[in-house]
Amino acid sequence: MNTEVIIEALPSYFDGVLVTLQLLGVALLLGLILAVPLGIARASANKFLSWSVWSYTYVIRGTPMLVQLFLIYFGLAQFAIVRDSALWPWLSSAWFCAVLAFTLNTAAYTAEIIAGAIRAIPAGEVEAAKSLGLSRWQVLWRIVLPAGLRRALPAYSNEVIMMLHGTSLASTVTLVDLTGAAREMNARFYLPFEAFITAGVFYLALTGILVGLFHLAEKRWLRHLAPRQSRYAVAVAIQT
Amino acid sequence: MLHGFLPTLIEGTGITLAVAFLSLIIAILLGLVGAAARLSASPVLRGIAAVYTTVIRGVPDLVLMLLIFYGGQLAVNIIAAQMGVEEPIDINPFVAGVATIGFIFGAYLTETFRGALMAIHPGQREAGLAFGMSPFKVFIRITFPQMIRFAIPGFTNNWLVLVKSTALVSVIGLTDMMHRAGMAAGATREPFTFYLAAAAIYLAITTVSLLILRALEKRVNVGIRRLA
Repeated sequence: MNTEVIIEALPSYFDGVLVTLQLLGVALLLGLILAVPLGIARASANKFLSWSVWSYTYVIRGTPMLVQLFLIYFGLAQFAIVRDSALWPWLSSAWFCAVLAFTLNTAAYTAEIIAGAIRAIPAGEVEAAKSLGLSRWQVLWRIVLPAGLRRALPAYSNEVIMMLHGTSLASTVTLVDLTGAAREMNARFYLPFEAFITAGVFYLALTGILVGLFHLAEKRWLRHLAPRQSRYAVAVAIQT
Repeated sequence: MLHGFLPTLIEGTGITLAVAFLSLIIAILLGLVGAAARLSASPVLRGIAAVYTTVIRGVPDLVLMLLIFYGGQLAVNIIAAQMGVEEPIDINPFVAGVATIGFIFGAYLTETFRGALMAIHPGQREAGLAFGMSPFKVFIRITFPQMIRFAIPGFTNNWLVLVKSTALVSVIGLTDMMHRAGMAAGATREPFTFYLAAAAIYLAITTVSLLILRALEKRVNVGIRRLA
């Protein structure tokens, strides 16, 4: 291991981490905004709505994200209409295309997660809300979404980790994210072990941090679903 | 159709499927060994298996693939030079791809198989042992068949992700279907057409896989009562 070269290259790795986190953050945020209505539609009793969302998520989940990214980044340039449109400055940028591909991808997976969580809400909770005279929107806003999104947390944490790893594909469309930094270092010095193991350690650390954050979030928002404490502990808590 | 590039795409699909199936075999073997290690009485084995699954699942496939491809290349040449071989040896991207994907999904299958093994009531294994079966016989006759039943949902997921991961071998230069789609895209200047074709082929593979695995799931669950 040539530690000197690694230390010298550390700043470019940190730059790469920033690009990775930026891609991840923007894609996750936009993806979640898309996924909530899609997930509600997917779980709805309306067959047409549910089916149209399903066909979207089926295609996205059935094809590699690399293909989706290439379709957008390399593919769209095939059409003169796209090249002449006002969107072209955006669509010719690797960063925008990567974010677009990642967003569409995570939106599909997250929509299925949210739909599954909504279906898992006990029917009694929704019936209770209806019998209290809440309107459909109120039921959705006050009962279904808070309960559903909470229940979606554990599965969503997996999705976030998958997306973190998925952002490494950005390095295939010229972006210098964490993987891109490692590939540059390997190309310059031909030190594959140093270059890729360093990147791997960074990814492991990021994965660990994300897992930890989700652990905290679950502790906070899923406390009511946690296994009950023993009777003894509860009795002690009541007495004190 | 596709400006005469269809045959080469189909040939590439063969390579993609070969990579997928060969790496699946490696992954299943590693997964079984890994699950046995994770559940073994030895803390050393448990530790090694835990590090394996944690590290592999914490690092992107692409990084591992580049590490094994470029790193393996370097390591092989260093070893070859020490053994007195003068000419540089090239690592075959097919071998690197299969090895990496097998190694990665071995970690995922380790966790899938571990969960499935833990879902089997320990009394079943004990009953087998009490009948005088050897531990190996107990595994073949009692544990393994039931493990399949519990493992299929997770396995289906792992396999679908594995198939999609094979697209990455094009990055290290294997002329799989994805790579050929890229070549055709460059030659005809119709990238959308060819990447769309690649997407359609992948979708066909994942759809067929789903249908087969669902049928298998139904079959191994024959005789199991379901609530609701």
